[in-house]
Amino acid sequence: MNPITPSQLSRRAFLGTNSQGLGAVALASLLNPRLLQSAPSHGLLQNLPLPQKAKRVIWLTMAGGPSHLETFDPKPKLAEMNGKPMPESFTKGQQLAQLQGRPLTCFGPQHPFAKFGKNQVEICALFPQLGSVIDDICLIRSMTTDAINHDPAHMFMNTGSQIAGRPSMGAWVTYGLGSEAEDLPGFVVLTSLGKGGQNQPIAVRQWSSGFLPSKYQGVQLRSKGDPVLYLTNPPGITRQLQGGDVAAINELNRQRDLLLADSEIATRVAQYEMAFKMQASVPELMDLSGEGAKILELYGCQPGDGSFASNCLLARRLAERGTRFIQLYHKDWDHHGGVKEGIQFKAQEIDRACMALITDLKQRGMFDDTLIVWAGEFGRTPMSQGGSGRDHHNKAMSIWLAGAGVKRGVVHGATDELGYAAVENVTSVHDLHATMLHQLGIQHEAFSFKFQGLDARLTGVEGARVIKDILS
Amino acid sequence: MNMHSPLILHMISVLFLISFVPLQSADTPIPSKIEFNRDVRPILSDNCFYCHGNDASHRKAKLRLDVREDALKQEAFVPGKVDESALIERIVTGDEDELMPPPDSHKKLTAEQKEILKRWIAQGAEYQQHWAYEKPVKAAIPVGQNGVDVLVRQRLAQVGLNASLEADRRTLIRRLYADLLGLPPRPEEVDAFVKDSRSDAYAQLLERVLQSPHYGERMAIGWLDVVRYADTIGYHSDNPRNVWPYRDWVIQSFNANKRFDRFTIEQVAGDLMPGANQETRVGSAFNRLLLSTEEGGAQAKDYEQRMLTDRVRAIGAAWLGQTTGCAQCHDHKFDPFTQRDFYALGAFFADIKEPIVGRREDGMVVAPSEVEMKLRELDAALVVTQKKFDAIVPQLNLAQEQWEDDVLSYEVILPELRPGSKASGEEKQTAQRVAALLKKPAKDRKGQEPVLVQNYFRGRVTKLFKAERDAFAAAQKARDDFYNPLPKCLVSMSTPQKRTVRLLPRGDWMNESGEIILPALPHYLPQPASKGRELTRLDLAEWLVSRDNPLTARTVMNRLWKQFFGMGLSKVLDDLGAQGEPPPNQALLDWLACEFMDSGWDMKHMVRLITSSATYRQIAKPTPQQLSVDPYNREHARQSPFRLDAELVRDQALAIAGLLVPKMGGPSVKPYQPDGYWENLNFPVRSYDADLGESQYRRGLYTWWQRSFLHPSMLAFDAPSREECTAERNRSNIPQQALVLLNDPTYVEAARAFAARILTDCKGDNVARIQWGWQQALQRAPEANELKIIMPLFNERLAAYRADAKATESLLKVGHAPVPSALDKAELAAWTHIARVLLNLHETITRA
Repeated sequence: MNPITPSQLSRRAFLGTNSQGLGAVALASLLNPRLLQSAPSHGLLQNLPLPQKAKRVIWLTMAGGPSHLETFDPKPKLAEMNGKPMPESFTKGQQLAQLQGRPLTCFGPQHPFAKFGKNQVEICALFPQLGSVIDDICLIRSMTTDAINHDPAHMFMNTGSQIAGRPSMGAWVTYGLGSEAEDLPGFVVLTSLGKGGQNQPIAVRQWSSGFLPSKYQGVQLRSKGDPVLYLTNPPGITRQLQGGDVAAINELNRQRDLLLADSEIATRVAQYEMAFKMQASVPELMDLSGEGAKILELYGCQPGDGSFASNCLLARRLAERGTRFIQLYHKDWDHHGGVKEGIQFKAQEIDRACMALITDLKQRGMFDDTLIVWAGEFGRTPMSQGGSGRDHHNKAMSIWLAGAGVKRGVVHGATDELGYAAVENVTSVHDLHATMLHQLGIQHEAFSFKFQGLDARLTGVEGARVIKDILS
Repeated sequence: MNMHSPLILHMISVLFLISFVPLQSADTPIPSKIEFNRDVRPILSDNCFYCHGNDASHRKAKLRLDVREDALKQEAFVPGKVDESALIERIVTGDEDELMPPPDSHKKLTAEQKEILKRWIAQGAEYQQHWAYEKPVKAAIPVGQNGVDVLVRQRLAQVGLNASLEADRRTLIRRLYADLLGLPPRPEEVDAFVKDSRSDAYAQLLERVLQSPHYGERMAIGWLDVVRYADTIGYHSDNPRNVWPYRDWVIQSFNANKRFDRFTIEQVAGDLMPGANQETRVGSAFNRLLLSTEEGGAQAKDYEQRMLTDRVRAIGAAWLGQTTGCAQCHDHKFDPFTQRDFYALGAFFADIKEPIVGRREDGMVVAPSEVEMKLRELDAALVVTQKKFDAIVPQLNLAQEQWEDDVLSYEVILPELRPGSKASGEEKQTAQRVAALLKKPAKDRKGQEPVLVQNYFRGRVTKLFKAERDAFAAAQKARDDFYNPLPKCLVSMSTPQKRTVRLLPRGDWMNESGEIILPALPHYLPQPASKGRELTRLDLAEWLVSRDNPLTARTVMNRLWKQFFGMGLSKVLDDLGAQGEPPPNQALLDWLACEFMDSGWDMKHMVRLITSSATYRQIAKPTPQQLSVDPYNREHARQSPFRLDAELVRDQALAIAGLLVPKMGGPSVKPYQPDGYWENLNFPVRSYDADLGESQYRRGLYTWWQRSFLHPSMLAFDAPSREECTAERNRSNIPQQALVLLNDPTYVEAARAFAARILTDCKGDNVARIQWGWQQALQRAPEANELKIIMPLFNERLAAYRADAKATESLLKVGHAPVPSALDKAELAAWTHIARVLLNLHETITRA
């Protein structure tokens, strides 16, 4: 064999060492940096312990905290109780956000519900398009979370921890599985604004790689300006001139490598090649002009409109190109007031797009190995806030999953009669993470990274369980 | 290449061994004499302590293996008798139900690890106190020798390596400048050093470098990471706060070579020190650097808890090298740190006066005493005029009521709304709103409505008491105009109304059943003599830097070592505990720690000691033998090359381009940033306005540190967001770095300015100019084969821009720095490409 030149090893290789062999594979991939660049990158998990049902994830994050009571969780009893005091048995000694210490009044669902699909699943009538594909969806009405303010709740949903600086799920997954995209990032984030104006801030840490190597951080694709930061050549520099400069830089670096035997130089050369490729591949990805009128009509979007629907279409394009983890943030779900009108906006923005994504993936044969997740960071109170809205709430929320070995047309779990707390088949964020990893072929307890002396896991130390009931 | 190829798999297994087997045993993998701390503790800690360690609540079978007496009591092993030891039986058994560690832990002992445990028991199963909790012992060093070299060479002899030769002078000065100043040397400086034939040329250079004010800037970067210094609050709206005087305090402290013990005490308790002054109080901003929130609906109890835990983690990270975070919910599983220790440490900070939720206060004015005096005068004048004003308010209000009655009774049309009024659109609008409000009874007006009416009456209607009102407004304005631009800094302020700190069961802030906890130091570390009173932050600060504290000096020296060699002596910078790494050369780390304390915590002394050592001055290129015996350079038989930190990548480009403004300190600055990068910030929505003029060209460490959206060029080069304390920065090599150096206007402008320098300052032919450019960027001449790459590139670029005036214009327009009008534009554009290539080279951003 060739002599091992550990100069080819990065110092970072140390970070990957642990007793489960993962670290050893991390070492190997760093041996030859080209393994992880410019060609489809292999992940650090070689022999997946579980069958890989999902090859990729599309996570539709509904930022702000969607009300389960105006989306997926029908509560006729709450309608009856509208305007009456919330029974104290539900709320005594419980953690609330802005309603803490105020009189609590029941606030009935603001929109009617209707039944859809073979199993007559009841969801809010504002979402008929989603209703039309309800037989492909698994609804969970018993999700709970630990946090009750936006920022910590997003952190918990993305990283399994409320402490800043942990890797997000997209980073974990690309770290473990690599990416099949040849010249696009393995973890991509897209954001869109809502028309209602309740656009809560979202920090870049939500797609951070945390203590994992930086290459696994999410890359944000933007609808305005450079789609990837610094992607476009400087003015006055054509692609040809840029290519010539990159070639010269790489050649000079290679010459230096001959003298110094520093492995980082070879990596640097590969990264310049990758960057130059991305300068072509990302604009090609973003260009929807070849999609045709039918597809644009299906999603209900116009190229370049920056809408959630456009992002759903881009998500499909990314999925086709091998991107492993695609996360869409759609904002404006924070309905402390005006939940009735607010939800109408949201329905206009997402109903058709979600249906289109499922339909489109199905017609391309990609639905069966793509895991779609729809979730906010928390739910909302059945009690009124200010007479027209709902406060943050972490004891109940509705989410749905679809594709990739998830049961279709079923509802899992339930809340109490007023939609205050999940009471049947209660699930946690860690359970959701464990389940998602499971579908990706990863055993969550064994998937760890040494950080500050601990085997840090996405699913934490408290014990998470795969929600087997929702898997086919 | 296919990952599954046998070659790769073989390499994996070889590497696996390299990374796990102690170096001295490359031939005989397991040492004949087992040492508990070096060989056994890491195995027990990683595989057993989780269930059989310090955390009583989680302990299985009542067995703990971290304390010998307890392990013996539970008959875990019989010293000297491998065959009678349950521990061995359980790790070798084929019975899955009996096997330890249990299969569901996903932990597995290797054959080597099992053998080590067997030998350890055979040899008597002796324990050692964990190395980092024992006081460091200072090795004796022969007079006149550098302890670094003596102790490194001792290890090299043991592992059979030879030290490398000294690097050439160019490399040495570049290295020293990168490590101590973060800037490239000028070619003249390199030349002078290369030609300096004095025997102490290097020492002279080092002294000169240590005196540079840029030394403090360079040293500050690492410290600002561990204390999570940033310009914004972190959570949710991530709004600004005033803390930059603290950053300048750090820089000045390093430059003044403030004793590190003093440096520590000022930060933790600068407000409580005897003789506390403005400087020590600015240092105490440390306690305010944590994350805070302004989110509506955030619960004070929740954030009180978050802030307490944030502070405990910070003390652990910055001084103790201890990971404490897990003890928020339970006793530490691997170290003796308990949940009680956690809250007791947090209780030291219960006296800090601060809003728990909501906007931070402006902070203390940081200004010379005459400025403070002037401010006090203005405040006093304001009070006087305010008193006079307050006296007339009742009459003013009465007058307003009468006016309101009149307006209603006589259906008066406000002057702005009368036909022919010359009032502006805005004035008319205001008048309309007021007219509408007047129809509402005063008691029903809400929010800003009463103020609107009052302002209208006082501003546009009444002439009553004009003198008093004008005097008050003038005093207010004089005070605000003077006060607003003054530097301010959040600092620690102690209040006797301390927050009550309780031990929170499972870290749950809703649960108030836990007992009240008073300040106390971690029980397993040496304690100061009893004070007979409740301990304060000042006690904590003094304890951190007491001669008996075994952790602080080691933690700080371990990080300092990384600055000069790319990796700590113990590679885990933030954890000197059981799950960290016992340093392969513990004698060296301990010697440095002792020397640091003995020298009076003299940071420059330590920097000088390390950087003047022969070990530091070695060449970085490895020999094949070094690579096979010591691939990661843990033994320092050579130097290590590494990429510059994010801030310094920027500094290099600006310095080479001649754009760098070396001004020190002041408010943070805003370099160019892509439009819309802050679009996901809200409350309020913010636009980013890049600075103009000299603020655009400041050093990287002065960059506005927006925690939730750190400047993307900084982020690409691994600058941490500083939401949490960071001892160890990533050092990645990713495509985004190429995109930044190629396309970020900062670097395009730098290339253009560098090109202008090449054309203006070098009068020779093109080859001479390339040589000149090489000297500026790399302080060496281009090699013949490098010229062969660059010359044709230049000619092509020149031809391209000669043929395309529009492209030329576009390229030269990037950035605000003026373009010298005398220069030929196509030539300048072509040289911009050459300059750009130089700024993008690996060598330019690497310290070798």
